[in-house]
Amino acid sequence: MANPLAGVYAARHRLKESHPLTVLIVERLGLSLLLLWAVSVLIFAGIEALPGDFAQTYLGQSATPQSIANIRADLGLDRPITTRYFEWLGGVVQGDFGNSWASGAPVTEQITKRLGNSLFLAFFAAAISVPLAVGLGMVAVHYRNRIPDRVINILSLAAISLPEFFIGYLLIVFFAVQLGVATFPSTVYDGMPWSERMAAIALPTATLVMVVLAHMMRMTRAAIISVMSSAYMETAELKGLGAFKAIVKHAAPNAIAPIVNVVALNLAYLVVGVVVVEVVFVYPGMGQYMVDAVTVRDMPVVQACGLIFAAVYILLNMVADLVAIIANPRLRHPR
Amino acid sequence: MPDLLSVRDLRIGATIFPPGEDPQDIDIVHGISFDLQKGKVLGLIGESGAGKSTIGLAALAYGRGGVRITGGEVLLDGKDILSMNKKGIRSIRGARVCYVAQSAAASFNPAHKLGDQVIESSIEHGLMTREEARKRADYLFEILGLPDPHNFGDRYPHQVSGGQLQRAMTAMALCSNPELIVFDEPTTALDVTTQIDVLAAIKNAIEKTGTAALYITHDLAVVAQISDDIMVLRNGDTVEYGPVKQIIENPRQDYTKALVNVRQTKLAEARDQSDALLKVENISAAYGNGVQVLHDVSLHVPRGQTLAVVGESGSGKSTLARVITGLLPPFKGKVTFVDEELSAEQKKRSRDHLRRIQLIYQMADTAMNPRQTVGQIIGRPLQFYFGMRGAARKAKVIELLDEIEMGETFYDRYPAELSGGQKQRVAIARALAAKPELILCDEPTSALDPLVAEGILDLLMRLQKERQVSYLFITHDIAIVRAIADSVAVMLQGKLVDFGPRSEVLNPPFDDYTDLLLKSVPEMKLGWLENVLATRKMESAGH
Repeated sequence: MANPLAGVYAARHRLKESHPLTVLIVERLGLSLLLLWAVSVLIFAGIEALPGDFAQTYLGQSATPQSIANIRADLGLDRPITTRYFEWLGGVVQGDFGNSWASGAPVTEQITKRLGNSLFLAFFAAAISVPLAVGLGMVAVHYRNRIPDRVINILSLAAISLPEFFIGYLLIVFFAVQLGVATFPSTVYDGMPWSERMAAIALPTATLVMVVLAHMMRMTRAAIISVMSSAYMETAELKGLGAFKAIVKHAAPNAIAPIVNVVALNLAYLVVGVVVVEVVFVYPGMGQYMVDAVTVRDMPVVQACGLIFAAVYILLNMVADLVAIIANPRLRHPR
Repeated sequence: MPDLLSVRDLRIGATIFPPGEDPQDIDIVHGISFDLQKGKVLGLIGESGAGKSTIGLAALAYGRGGVRITGGEVLLDGKDILSMNKKGIRSIRGARVCYVAQSAAASFNPAHKLGDQVIESSIEHGLMTREEARKRADYLFEILGLPDPHNFGDRYPHQVSGGQLQRAMTAMALCSNPELIVFDEPTTALDVTTQIDVLAAIKNAIEKTGTAALYITHDLAVVAQISDDIMVLRNGDTVEYGPVKQIIENPRQDYTKALVNVRQTKLAEARDQSDALLKVENISAAYGNGVQVLHDVSLHVPRGQTLAVVGESGSGKSTLARVITGLLPPFKGKVTFVDEELSAEQKKRSRDHLRRIQLIYQMADTAMNPRQTVGQIIGRPLQFYFGMRGAARKAKVIELLDEIEMGETFYDRYPAELSGGQKQRVAIARALAAKPELILCDEPTSALDPLVAEGILDLLMRLQKERQVSYLFITHDIAIVRAIADSVAVMLQGKLVDFGPRSEVLNPPFDDYTDLLLKSVPEMKLGWLENVLATRKMESAGH
């Protein structure tokens, strides 16, 4: 008996042979959307399952069963969960995350500003850490298994081994408290002068850089070493090419994909992983916004933050995948 | 005529890092000397570890990995390249001396077009303009017999076949008009029908361009077709050095004689093949991606005899073994073993059925747990199938070790401490421990040097005589088929094209593909390549 799915497999196989890149990109996009939808279900269900109740927290001591029920009715919480989910989802796909329960203001509006702040911080952390990591990785390869390589490895490992809140407090103690050269807390506001804004984000940026540096640096080192030991690098050397030319022309095109991949993953972490750092430095970004919302059970805000974090993470992961796919000549130029 | 390349007392050493011990300096090549004149070809031949690749790379003043040249001279046109500075050496590499590696697939950069890589060194050294280099590349693609030579350079390495890549690498070496090319086993990784084309292309290109060459290989029959002189190497020493005619027809050293006489037939006469131990009937199989790899294959293995399954890479011969073992259930057909139908899936087979069919793999290394001793490896099936333990098990293992001509001293050794041939012997002992009636041998000798492989084949034949065990022997090597097979199955692209007793399959009238396969196997005599090519030309002219 032939496998009944064989025909379907074969059709997909043929399409993959003729347009591998298109098929892969469409597949990834579809999978990402599916994943994002699954995450939205998880977030909604997870928040529903959380202990505690907005009305209870909001009313505090003055809560009576009647007032709690009133508030719940106002917010529409007495309706079935599926109805509320699809209502929420319908708003989300149109860019409307609903109104905050605590302030009554539209979530979308508040989040836009907060997200801007978070991206601002992440951008500077990335602008410093990516070139630094790639540069240090190259230095490490150049001095492979010698002292500079070991020092870079140990320091970056130490940095990644410490939790970010610990690094954050260490930096505050040294630079803000003892030396008095840095600004703390890192609160920023509209209309803040550029120089003050930069001073405010110096410490949180440094913390984030230390957290993501090691991973990128080590992957850069590994990628370059693996490329350098390949047979085509020997071919380049036996063609009489100089070391620098061989690296630029033959090593770099093959090392880019893995490096871009790990960079994209770390960028995702820079946006998503800022929760702790923002709280430590009292920085008005998404992370702190979310933490505040969780404490008062302001569910629309928590849902919005969760979904946006998930979207950023999935998006950057997808970009990483796509870059790796596009960098592969086998997929760009099918047989 | 002055020598183009003159190697004087070349010594090469390396630092090795044995696990758990201090690094050691060892000598790989102990004082080799030879001369090569313009336009001539010297064949360097020897088994692995003979130092032949190392010597070849020394002609480019290059040591691979931790290898370094410790003494002697490599004179190119009278100048010692070993004493040159980095810049001087760079000006020679890729310009005056070029290198063709064994694995062209790994040696081309996957990110660049073939054409750009072929002309790179000529442009880099300022020997030609880009247009001139492109023209020359086109010309070389043409004389190397590559398809669509004018557009071939626009393709990426993964877009062409292994044989084409190997020819492209030869073009890359020839492009800068070098005085010397080092060919390092350029046809070893190729199928036999592809090898003959590449070999002819290389020979043709050498003749047309007048370059000199060092041709490194472990296959004496190959090097005999292409060389003027041959140097036989063993463990870094010269065994014999002379003109090709003398080495092939009148070898003086015992080692050379053994190489020349390798793989003579080991079978006396045809045996009765009616008593089938294993029957494969109408097997069709596909992998999960829907690609069908076996098409209606039927054959049988006679009891106490050897069936050789021969074919090139991708012919489906290993897949057939996977079907027989139950690792890949076929979607059609059945496998019968001693008149009982075997379950298609391995998991559903009885322990007794599992025991009676054993396997030997091509890479003995990867088929053994490196953390187990030889005693544990061979003892495992004794315990699993027969419940043997303790002293009884140990005694049986030692008995098996004696049978594979290794002995008790190996009982506590680890696989890493064994040579390639010894590892394969241990794998055979492990298979024997289960007292099988059929052993599936998947290219068990193709990773081994000729004389070591010879020993393994002798062992297998002796065991068959003593134990009446049947073999299904998968190979791409016709010489092995001639030497050991009672019956032969020839496979091509998942189909069985020929099956029958050896005397029928390997004698006329031939199946077309079998004929091509047989004619492509290099023979140990001078002028074989020319004869085959001349015959082909006549045949194609006749059609």
